Amino acid sequence: MTQWSGYLGLILQGAIVTIELTLMGSVLALIMAFLAGMGRVSRFVILRAIATVYIEFFRGTSIFVQLFWAYFVLPFAGLSLTPLQAGVLALGLNVGAYAAEVVRGAILSVGREQYEACTALNLGRWQGMRHVILPQALLVMLPTFGNNAIELLKATSVVSLISLADLTFQAQVVRSQTGSTLMPFVSVLVIYFALALIISWGVRTLERRMARGLDGVRV
Amino acid sequence: MPAPIIKVDAISKSFGSFKVLDGLSMQVMPGEKLALIGPSGSGKTTILRILMTLEKIDGGHIQVDGEQLYHMERNGQLLPADERHLARMRQKIGMVFQLFNLFPHKCVMDNVTLAPMLTKRVARAAAEKRAMELLDMVGLADKAKAMPAQLSGGQKQRVAIARALALSPKIMLFDEVTSALDPELVEEVLNVMRKLAAETDMTMLLVTHEMGFAHDFADRVLFFDRGRIVEEGKPDEIFRHPKQERTQSFLKKIIAAGHRV
Repeated sequence: MTQWSGYLGLILQGAIVTIELTLMGSVLALIMAFLAGMGRVSRFVILRAIATVYIEFFRGTSIFVQLFWAYFVLPFAGLSLTPLQAGVLALGLNVGAYAAEVVRGAILSVGREQYEACTALNLGRWQGMRHVILPQALLVMLPTFGNNAIELLKATSVVSLISLADLTFQAQVVRSQTGSTLMPFVSVLVIYFALALIISWGVRTLERRMARGLDGVRV
Repeated sequence: MPAPIIKVDAISKSFGSFKVLDGLSMQVMPGEKLALIGPSGSGKTTILRILMTLEKIDGGHIQVDGEQLYHMERNGQLLPADERHLARMRQKIGMVFQLFNLFPHKCVMDNVTLAPMLTKRVARAAAEKRAMELLDMVGLADKAKAMPAQLSGGQKQRVAIARALALSPKIMLFDEVTSALDPELVEEVLNVMRKLAAETDMTMLLVTHEMGFAHDFADRVLFFDRGRIVEEGKPDEIFRHPKQERTQSFLKKIIAAGHRV
Protein backbone atom coordinates (compact mmCIF):
# COMPACT_ATOMS: atom_id res chain seq x y z
CA MET A 1 0.00 0.00 0.00
CA THR A 2 2.91 2.34 0.73
CA GLN A 3 4.18 2.17 -2.83
CA TRP A 4 0.73 3.23 -4.09
CA SER A 5 0.99 6.45 -2.12
CA GLY A 6 4.29 7.15 -3.87
CA TYR A 7 2.72 6.59 -7.25
CA LEU A 8 -0.28 8.67 -6.26
CA GLY A 9 2.21 11.43 -5.48
CA LEU A 10 3.44 11.19 -9.07
CA ILE A 11 -0.07 11.46 -10.38
CA LEU A 12 -0.78 14.46 -8.17
CA GLN A 13 2.34 16.15 -9.52
CA GLY A 14 0.85 15.58 -12.93
CA ALA A 15 -2.39 17.10 -11.72
CA ILE A 16 -0.51 20.26 -10.73
CA VAL A 17 0.88 20.56 -14.25
CA THR A 18 -2.58 20.02 -15.70
CA ILE A 19 -4.02 22.74 -13.46
CA GLU A 20 -1.23 25.15 -14.42
CA LEU A 21 -1.85 24.47 -18.09
CA THR A 22 -5.57 24.93 -17.66
CA LEU A 23 -5.23 28.21 -15.81
CA MET A 24 -2.63 29.76 -18.09
CA GLY A 25 -4.31 28.40 -21.20
CA SER A 26 -7.63 29.85 -20.06
CA VAL A 27 -6.13 33.26 -19.50
CA LEU A 28 -4.65 33.28 -23.01
CA ALA A 29 -7.89 31.87 -24.43
CA LEU A 30 -9.89 34.60 -22.70
CA ILE A 31 -7.65 37.34 -24.08
CA MET A 32 -7.80 35.87 -27.59
CA ALA A 33 -11.56 35.39 -27.32
CA PHE A 34 -12.18 39.06 -26.55
CA LEU A 35 -9.68 40.33 -29.11
CA ALA A 36 -11.02 38.13 -31.90
CA GLY A 37 -14.67 38.25 -30.84
CA MET A 38 -14.70 42.03 -30.78
CA GLY A 39 -12.64 42.07 -33.96
CA ARG A 40 -15.43 40.11 -35.60
CA VAL A 41 -17.98 42.82 -34.83
CA SER A 42 -15.62 45.71 -35.57
CA ARG A 43 -16.58 48.26 -38.18
CA PHE A 44 -13.08 48.00 -39.66
CA VAL A 45 -12.83 45.45 -42.45
CA ILE A 46 -9.20 44.68 -41.71
CA LEU A 47 -9.90 43.80 -38.06
CA ARG A 48 -12.84 41.64 -39.09
CA ALA A 49 -10.65 39.85 -41.63
CA ILE A 50 -7.81 39.18 -39.19
CA ALA A 51 -10.23 37.89 -36.55
CA THR A 52 -12.02 35.66 -39.05
CA VAL A 53 -8.78 34.14 -40.35
CA TYR A 54 -7.58 33.46 -36.82
CA ILE A 55 -10.85 31.85 -35.76
CA GLU A 56 -11.27 29.72 -38.86
CA PHE A 57 -7.66 28.60 -38.82
CA PHE A 58 -7.56 27.53 -35.21
CA ARG A 59 -10.97 25.91 -35.28
CA GLY A 60 -10.24 24.22 -38.56
CA THR A 61 -6.96 22.51 -37.70
CA SER A 62 -6.39 19.87 -35.06
CA ILE A 63 -5.02 20.85 -31.68
CA PHE A 64 -2.43 18.06 -32.01
CA VAL A 65 -1.08 19.64 -35.16
CA GLN A 66 -1.11 23.09 -33.55
CA LEU A 67 0.80 21.77 -30.56
CA PHE A 68 3.37 20.05 -32.76
CA TRP A 69 3.83 23.25 -34.70
CA ALA A 70 4.29 25.25 -31.53
CA TYR A 71 6.83 22.79 -30.16
CA PHE A 72 8.62 21.26 -33.15
CA VAL A 73 8.22 23.74 -36.02
CA LEU A 74 8.53 27.15 -34.36
CA PRO A 75 12.17 26.42 -33.38
CA PHE A 76 12.98 26.43 -37.09
CA ALA A 77 11.67 29.99 -37.15
CA GLY A 78 14.04 30.77 -34.28
CA LEU A 79 11.41 30.51 -31.55
CA SER A 80 12.09 27.70 -29.11
CA LEU A 81 9.42 27.16 -26.48
CA THR A 82 9.47 24.98 -23.42
CA PRO A 83 6.85 22.23 -23.47
CA LEU A 84 4.75 24.23 -21.01
CA GLN A 85 4.93 27.39 -23.13
CA ALA A 86 4.08 25.44 -26.27
CA GLY A 87 1.18 23.79 -24.47
CA VAL A 88 -0.24 27.06 -23.18
CA LEU A 89 0.15 28.67 -26.59
CA ALA A 90 -1.59 25.89 -28.49
CA LEU A 91 -4.38 25.44 -25.95
CA GLY A 92 -4.98 29.16 -25.54
CA LEU A 93 -5.09 29.90 -29.24
CA ASN A 94 -7.23 26.87 -30.01
CA VAL A 95 -9.86 27.36 -27.31
CA GLY A 96 -9.68 31.14 -27.77
CA ALA A 97 -10.89 30.67 -31.34
CA TYR A 98 -13.99 28.82 -30.14
CA ALA A 99 -14.61 31.29 -27.34
CA ALA A 100 -14.26 34.22 -29.76
CA GLU A 101 -17.47 33.11 -31.43
CA VAL A 102 -19.08 33.05 -27.99
CA VAL A 103 -18.00 36.65 -27.43
CA ARG A 104 -19.31 37.69 -30.82
CA GLY A 105 -22.63 35.91 -30.31
CA ALA A 106 -23.09 37.41 -26.85
CA ILE A 107 -22.36 40.93 -28.08
CA LEU A 108 -24.91 40.51 -30.84
CA SER A 109 -27.44 39.09 -28.39
CA VAL A 110 -27.68 42.40 -26.51
CA GLY A 111 -30.82 44.05 -27.79
CA ARG A 112 -30.77 46.81 -30.36
CA GLU A 113 -32.54 49.09 -27.90
CA GLN A 114 -29.45 49.09 -25.68
CA TYR A 115 -27.30 50.26 -28.57
CA GLU A 116 -29.91 52.93 -29.34
CA ALA A 117 -29.91 54.12 -25.75
CA CYS A 118 -26.13 54.50 -26.04
CA THR A 119 -26.52 56.59 -29.18
CA ALA A 120 -29.25 58.72 -27.63
CA LEU A 121 -27.00 59.36 -24.62
CA ASN A 122 -24.18 60.23 -27.01
CA LEU A 123 -21.84 57.52 -25.74
CA GLY A 124 -19.00 56.74 -28.12
CA ARG A 125 -18.79 53.27 -29.64
CA TRP A 126 -16.13 52.13 -27.22
CA GLN A 127 -17.82 53.78 -24.22
CA GLY A 128 -21.07 52.03 -25.03
CA MET A 129 -19.29 48.73 -25.58
CA ARG A 130 -17.31 49.00 -22.37
CA HIS A 131 -20.02 50.25 -20.01
CA VAL A 132 -23.29 49.01 -21.49
CA ILE A 133 -22.93 46.17 -23.99
CA LEU A 134 -20.06 44.06 -22.62
CA PRO A 135 -21.29 43.91 -19.01
CA GLN A 136 -24.58 42.52 -20.26
CA ALA A 137 -22.95 40.27 -22.86
CA LEU A 138 -20.61 38.83 -20.24
CA LEU A 139 -23.53 37.22 -18.49
CA VAL A 140 -24.52 35.52 -21.74
CA MET A 141 -20.95 34.36 -22.35
CA LEU A 142 -20.34 32.83 -18.92
CA PRO A 143 -22.09 29.44 -19.26
CA THR A 144 -20.39 28.73 -22.59
CA PHE A 145 -17.08 29.98 -21.24
CA GLY A 146 -17.51 27.32 -18.57
CA ASN A 147 -17.89 24.71 -21.31
CA ASN A 148 -14.83 26.06 -23.08
CA ALA A 149 -12.77 25.91 -19.90
CA ILE A 150 -13.73 22.29 -19.35
CA GLU A 151 -12.87 21.50 -22.97
CA LEU A 152 -9.53 23.15 -22.39
CA LEU A 153 -8.94 21.15 -19.24
CA LYS A 154 -9.56 17.92 -21.11
CA ALA A 155 -7.48 19.03 -24.09
CA THR A 156 -4.46 19.56 -21.82
CA SER A 157 -3.82 15.82 -22.06
CA VAL A 158 -2.39 16.31 -25.55
CA VAL A 159 0.71 17.91 -24.05
CA SER A 160 1.80 14.46 -22.85
CA LEU A 161 2.73 13.96 -26.52
CA ILE A 162 5.46 16.57 -26.22
CA SER A 163 6.71 14.94 -23.02
CA LEU A 164 5.20 17.40 -20.59
CA ALA A 165 4.52 15.51 -17.37
CA ASP A 166 0.85 16.29 -16.99
CA LEU A 167 -1.82 14.11 -15.44
CA THR A 168 -2.20 11.80 -18.44
CA PHE A 169 1.55 11.51 -18.90
CA GLN A 170 2.06 10.55 -15.26
CA ALA A 171 -0.68 7.95 -15.47
CA GLN A 172 1.19 6.31 -18.34
CA VAL A 173 4.39 6.43 -16.30
CA VAL A 174 2.76 4.81 -13.30
CA ARG A 175 1.13 2.23 -15.52
CA SER A 176 4.42 1.21 -17.14
CA GLN A 177 6.25 1.14 -13.82
CA THR A 178 3.68 -0.87 -11.88
CA GLY A 179 2.05 -2.86 -14.62
CA SER A 180 -1.27 -1.86 -13.07
CA THR A 181 -3.76 -0.25 -15.42
CA LEU A 182 -6.70 0.18 -13.13
CA MET A 183 -5.19 2.29 -10.36
CA PRO A 184 -3.58 5.04 -12.47
CA PHE A 185 -6.46 5.31 -14.91
CA VAL A 186 -9.11 5.35 -12.21
CA SER A 187 -7.12 8.06 -10.42
CA VAL A 188 -6.81 10.32 -13.45
CA LEU A 189 -10.45 9.79 -14.34
CA VAL A 190 -11.50 10.91 -10.88
CA ILE A 191 -9.10 13.86 -10.90
CA TYR A 192 -10.16 15.16 -14.32
CA PHE A 193 -13.78 14.83 -13.28
CA ALA A 194 -13.18 16.64 -9.99
CA LEU A 195 -11.37 19.48 -11.76
CA ALA A 196 -14.21 19.82 -14.27
CA LEU A 197 -16.70 19.94 -11.40
CA ILE A 198 -14.73 22.73 -9.76
CA ILE A 199 -14.84 24.73 -13.01
CA SER A 200 -18.61 24.19 -13.38
CA TRP A 201 -19.21 25.21 -9.83
CA GLY A 202 -16.97 28.28 -10.11
CA VAL A 203 -18.65 29.49 -13.28
CA ARG A 204 -22.11 28.94 -11.84
CA THR A 205 -21.22 30.90 -8.72
CA LEU A 206 -19.85 33.73 -10.83
CA GLU A 207 -22.98 33.69 -12.96
CA ARG A 208 -25.24 33.90 -9.94
CA ARG A 209 -23.24 36.76 -8.50
CA MET A 210 -23.32 38.73 -11.74
CA ALA A 211 -26.99 38.13 -12.37
CA ARG A 212 -27.88 39.64 -9.01
CA GLY A 213 -30.29 42.53 -9.43
CA LEU A 214 -31.00 41.62 -13.02
CA ASP A 215 -34.03 39.45 -12.17
CA GLY A 216 -36.46 39.22 -14.97
CA VAL A 217 -33.99 40.61 -17.45
CA ARG A 218 -32.07 37.47 -18.27
CA VAL A 219 -33.30 35.63 -21.33
CA MET B 1 -39.34 86.30 -34.74
CA PRO B 2 -36.60 83.90 -33.61
CA ALA B 3 -35.16 81.28 -35.95
CA PRO B 4 -36.55 77.75 -35.79
CA ILE B 5 -34.52 75.34 -33.67
CA ILE B 6 -35.38 72.43 -35.96
CA LYS B 7 -35.74 72.79 -39.69
CA VAL B 8 -36.60 69.63 -41.59
CA ASP B 9 -36.39 70.07 -45.32
CA ALA B 10 -37.74 67.52 -47.81
CA ILE B 11 -36.63 64.41 -45.92
CA SER B 12 -37.22 61.07 -47.54
CA LYS B 13 -36.65 57.70 -45.96
CA SER B 14 -37.51 54.19 -47.08
CA PHE B 15 -37.33 50.84 -45.36
CA GLY B 16 -36.84 48.53 -48.31
CA SER B 17 -39.61 49.36 -50.75
CA PHE B 18 -41.75 51.01 -48.07
CA LYS B 19 -41.53 54.77 -48.17
CA VAL B 20 -41.85 55.95 -44.56
CA LEU B 21 -41.12 59.61 -45.13
CA ASP B 22 -41.96 61.19 -48.42
CA GLY B 23 -40.39 64.62 -48.76
CA LEU B 24 -41.29 65.64 -45.23
CA SER B 25 -40.71 69.24 -44.21
CA MET B 26 -41.42 70.88 -40.87
CA GLN B 27 -40.13 73.55 -38.53
CA VAL B 28 -40.07 73.75 -34.78
CA MET B 29 -39.57 76.95 -32.83
CA PRO B 30 -37.39 77.10 -29.69
CA GLY B 31 -39.39 76.11 -26.63
CA GLU B 32 -42.28 74.83 -28.68
CA LYS B 33 -44.19 71.75 -27.50
CA LEU B 34 -45.17 69.69 -30.48
CA ALA B 35 -47.41 66.63 -30.63
CA LEU B 36 -47.03 64.25 -33.55
CA ILE B 37 -50.07 62.07 -34.09
CA GLY B 38 -51.23 59.72 -36.80
CA PRO B 39 -51.74 56.05 -37.67
CA SER B 40 -48.89 53.60 -37.19
CA GLY B 41 -46.51 53.51 -40.12
CA SER B 42 -47.21 57.16 -40.84
CA GLY B 43 -43.61 58.16 -40.14
CA LYS B 44 -44.03 60.08 -36.89
CA THR B 45 -41.70 57.84 -34.89
CA THR B 46 -39.26 57.68 -37.78
CA ILE B 47 -38.76 61.44 -37.84
CA LEU B 48 -37.95 61.38 -34.11
CA ARG B 49 -35.48 58.56 -34.69
CA ILE B 50 -33.93 60.47 -37.54
CA LEU B 51 -33.52 63.54 -35.33
CA MET B 52 -31.78 61.33 -32.74
CA THR B 53 -29.52 59.95 -35.55
CA LEU B 54 -30.84 56.43 -35.00
CA GLU B 55 -31.86 56.18 -38.67
CA LYS B 56 -30.06 57.49 -41.70
CA ILE B 57 -31.89 59.66 -44.20
CA ASP B 58 -32.12 58.90 -47.90
CA GLY B 59 -32.45 62.52 -48.98
CA GLY B 60 -33.10 66.04 -47.75
CA HIS B 61 -31.60 68.25 -45.07
CA ILE B 62 -32.10 68.84 -41.38
CA GLN B 63 -30.93 71.84 -39.41
CA VAL B 64 -30.79 71.68 -35.65
CA ASP B 65 -29.97 74.79 -33.65
CA GLY B 66 -28.60 76.54 -36.73
CA GLU B 67 -26.36 73.67 -37.87
CA GLN B 68 -26.76 70.87 -40.38
CA LEU B 69 -27.43 67.56 -38.62
CA TYR B 70 -26.40 65.08 -41.30
CA HIS B 71 -24.01 67.32 -43.19
CA MET B 72 -20.93 69.32 -42.35
CA GLU B 73 -20.12 72.60 -43.96
CA ARG B 74 -16.47 72.55 -45.07
CA ASN B 75 -15.15 75.35 -47.28
CA GLY B 76 -18.64 76.19 -48.41
CA GLN B 77 -19.37 72.59 -49.32
CA LEU B 78 -21.84 70.25 -47.69
CA LEU B 79 -20.23 66.93 -46.82
CA PRO B 80 -21.83 63.93 -45.11
CA ALA B 81 -21.42 64.25 -41.34
CA ASP B 82 -18.72 62.19 -39.68
CA GLU B 83 -19.04 60.57 -36.26
CA ARG B 84 -17.51 63.58 -34.49
CA HIS B 85 -19.98 65.98 -36.02
CA LEU B 86 -22.88 63.68 -35.13
CA ALA B 87 -21.60 63.37 -31.55
CA ARG B 88 -21.52 67.15 -31.23
CA MET B 89 -25.02 67.50 -32.65
CA ARG B 90 -26.40 64.76 -30.38
CA GLN B 91 -25.51 66.91 -27.37
CA LYS B 92 -28.41 69.15 -28.31
CA ILE B 93 -30.95 66.34 -28.35
CA GLY B 94 -32.25 63.82 -25.85
CA MET B 95 -34.69 60.99 -26.36
CA VAL B 96 -37.04 58.90 -24.24
CA PHE B 97 -38.10 55.54 -25.67
CA GLN B 98 -41.33 53.60 -25.61
CA LEU B 99 -39.63 50.69 -23.82
CA PHE B 100 -37.46 52.86 -21.54
CA ASN B 101 -34.19 51.22 -22.65
CA LEU B 102 -32.68 51.55 -19.21
CA PHE B 103 -29.37 49.79 -18.61
CA PRO B 104 -30.52 46.72 -16.64
CA HIS B 105 -27.11 46.06 -15.05
CA LYS B 106 -26.83 49.52 -13.53
CA CYS B 107 -28.74 50.99 -10.63
CA VAL B 108 -30.98 54.02 -11.14
CA MET B 109 -28.28 56.44 -10.04
CA ASP B 110 -25.68 54.95 -12.40
CA ASN B 111 -28.16 54.98 -15.26
CA VAL B 112 -28.53 58.72 -14.80
CA THR B 113 -24.88 59.59 -14.14
CA LEU B 114 -23.20 57.36 -16.74
CA ALA B 115 -23.55 59.60 -19.77
CA PRO B 116 -22.67 62.92 -18.09
CA MET B 117 -19.56 61.37 -16.56
CA LEU B 118 -18.45 59.77 -19.82
CA THR B 119 -19.46 62.33 -22.41
CA LYS B 120 -19.12 65.56 -20.47
CA ARG B 121 -16.47 64.47 -18.01
CA VAL B 122 -18.56 65.62 -15.09
CA ALA B 123 -17.02 64.51 -11.78
CA ARG B 124 -18.93 61.75 -9.99
CA ALA B 125 -19.95 63.93 -7.06
CA ALA B 126 -21.36 66.65 -9.29
CA ALA B 127 -23.07 64.13 -11.55
CA GLU B 128 -24.70 62.44 -8.56
CA LYS B 129 -25.84 65.73 -7.10
CA ARG B 130 -27.47 66.66 -10.39
CA ALA B 131 -28.93 63.16 -10.71
CA MET B 132 -30.52 63.46 -7.26
CA GLU B 133 -32.13 66.76 -8.26
CA LEU B 134 -33.52 65.16 -11.40
CA LEU B 135 -34.68 62.03 -9.59
CA ASP B 136 -36.33 64.28 -7.06
CA MET B 137 -38.07 66.13 -9.86
CA VAL B 138 -39.48 62.89 -11.28
CA GLY B 139 -40.40 61.77 -7.76
CA LEU B 140 -37.92 58.92 -7.45
CA ALA B 141 -35.24 60.26 -5.12
CA ASP B 142 -35.79 57.24 -2.85
CA LYS B 143 -35.11 54.79 -5.69
CA ALA B 144 -31.57 55.95 -6.51
CA LYS B 145 -30.02 52.66 -5.42
CA ALA B 146 -32.70 50.41 -6.94
CA MET B 147 -32.07 48.28 -9.99
CA PRO B 148 -34.33 48.82 -13.00
CA ALA B 149 -35.83 45.33 -12.60
CA GLN B 150 -37.18 46.41 -9.21
CA LEU B 151 -39.17 49.32 -10.66
CA SER B 152 -42.62 49.52 -12.18
CA GLY B 153 -42.99 50.58 -15.80
CA GLY B 154 -43.98 54.09 -14.83
CA GLN B 155 -40.99 54.40 -12.53
CA LYS B 156 -38.66 53.08 -15.22
CA GLN B 157 -39.95 55.64 -17.66
CA ARG B 158 -39.47 58.44 -15.16
CA VAL B 159 -35.87 57.29 -14.62
CA ALA B 160 -35.42 57.29 -18.40
CA ILE B 161 -36.65 60.88 -18.51
CA ALA B 162 -34.24 61.89 -15.74
CA ARG B 163 -31.43 60.10 -17.58
CA ALA B 164 -32.08 62.03 -20.78
CA LEU B 165 -32.39 65.32 -18.88
CA ALA B 166 -29.04 64.77 -17.15
CA LEU B 167 -27.32 65.77 -20.39
CA SER B 168 -29.28 69.06 -20.47
CA PRO B 169 -30.40 68.81 -24.10
CA LYS B 170 -32.12 71.73 -25.77
CA ILE B 171 -34.55 69.40 -27.48
CA MET B 172 -36.30 66.41 -25.97
CA LEU B 173 -37.92 63.69 -28.06
CA PHE B 174 -40.59 61.49 -26.51
CA ASP B 175 -41.44 58.40 -28.53
CA GLU B 176 -44.77 56.94 -27.33
CA VAL B 177 -43.46 57.06 -23.80
CA THR B 178 -46.69 55.83 -22.21
CA SER B 179 -47.72 53.20 -24.78
CA ALA B 180 -46.05 50.31 -22.97
CA LEU B 181 -47.43 51.24 -19.54
CA ASP B 182 -50.33 49.82 -17.61
CA PRO B 183 -53.17 52.36 -17.70
CA GLU B 184 -52.86 53.27 -14.03
CA LEU B 185 -49.18 54.16 -14.49
CA VAL B 186 -49.66 56.49 -17.45
CA GLU B 187 -50.61 59.52 -15.40
CA GLU B 188 -47.44 59.58 -13.26
CA VAL B 189 -45.33 59.84 -16.42
CA LEU B 190 -47.57 62.46 -18.00
CA ASN B 191 -47.36 64.50 -14.78
CA VAL B 192 -43.59 64.57 -15.04
CA MET B 193 -43.87 65.83 -18.60
CA ARG B 194 -46.36 68.52 -17.61
CA LYS B 195 -43.95 69.64 -14.92
CA LEU B 196 -41.11 69.65 -17.40
CA ALA B 197 -43.11 71.74 -19.83
CA ALA B 198 -44.06 74.20 -17.11
CA GLU B 199 -40.64 74.56 -15.51
CA THR B 200 -38.30 74.57 -18.52
CA ASP B 201 -38.16 76.19 -21.91
CA MET B 202 -36.98 73.01 -23.58
CA THR B 203 -38.25 72.23 -27.02
CA MET B 204 -40.30 69.05 -26.79
CA LEU B 205 -41.46 66.75 -29.57
CA LEU B 206 -43.86 64.06 -28.60
CA VAL B 207 -45.21 61.12 -30.54
CA THR B 208 -48.31 59.92 -28.74
CA HIS B 209 -51.63 58.16 -28.85
CA GLU B 210 -52.76 59.97 -25.72
CA MET B 211 -54.95 62.49 -27.50
CA GLY B 212 -56.20 64.12 -24.32
CA PHE B 213 -52.68 64.77 -23.17
CA ALA B 214 -51.60 65.97 -26.61
CA HIS B 215 -54.50 68.41 -26.56
CA ASP B 216 -53.55 69.94 -23.20
CA PHE B 217 -49.80 69.73 -23.61
CA ALA B 218 -48.99 70.76 -27.14
CA ASP B 219 -48.69 74.22 -28.64
CA ARG B 220 -49.13 72.67 -32.04
CA VAL B 221 -50.28 69.30 -33.35
CA LEU B 222 -49.03 67.64 -36.52
CA PHE B 223 -51.13 64.92 -38.10
CA PHE B 224 -48.99 62.43 -40.03
CA ASP B 225 -50.22 60.05 -42.68
CA ARG B 226 -48.22 58.06 -45.20
CA GLY B 227 -44.97 59.88 -44.59
CA ARG B 228 -46.37 63.36 -44.88
CA ILE B 229 -47.89 65.98 -42.63
CA VAL B 230 -51.50 66.05 -43.72
CA GLU B 231 -52.71 68.71 -41.32
CA GLU B 232 -51.27 70.85 -38.57
CA GLY B 233 -52.56 73.47 -36.23
CA LYS B 234 -53.44 74.40 -32.68
CA PRO B 235 -54.72 71.45 -30.63
CA ASP B 236 -58.29 72.82 -30.68
CA GLU B 237 -58.29 73.15 -34.45
CA ILE B 238 -56.98 69.63 -35.01
CA PHE B 239 -59.00 67.82 -32.35
CA ARG B 240 -62.27 69.80 -32.49
CA HIS B 241 -62.39 71.00 -36.07
CA PRO B 242 -60.18 68.85 -38.27
CA LYS B 243 -60.37 69.99 -41.86
CA GLN B 244 -58.88 67.02 -43.66
CA GLU B 245 -60.97 63.92 -44.19
CA ARG B 246 -58.05 61.65 -43.17
CA THR B 247 -57.59 63.50 -39.89
CA GLN B 248 -61.30 63.20 -39.18
CA SER B 249 -61.44 59.47 -39.82
CA PHE B 250 -58.27 58.87 -37.75
CA LEU B 251 -59.66 60.77 -34.78
CA LYS B 252 -62.97 58.98 -35.11
CA LYS B 253 -61.22 55.62 -34.93
CA ILE B 254 -59.15 56.70 -31.95
CA ILE B 255 -62.22 57.87 -30.06
CA ALA B 256 -64.07 54.67 -30.96
CA ALA B 257 -61.10 52.77 -29.51
CA GLY B 258 -61.79 54.46 -26.18
CA HIS B 259 -59.19 57.21 -26.12
CA ARG B 260 -60.50 60.44 -24.73
CA VAL B 261 -59.89 63.72 -26.47
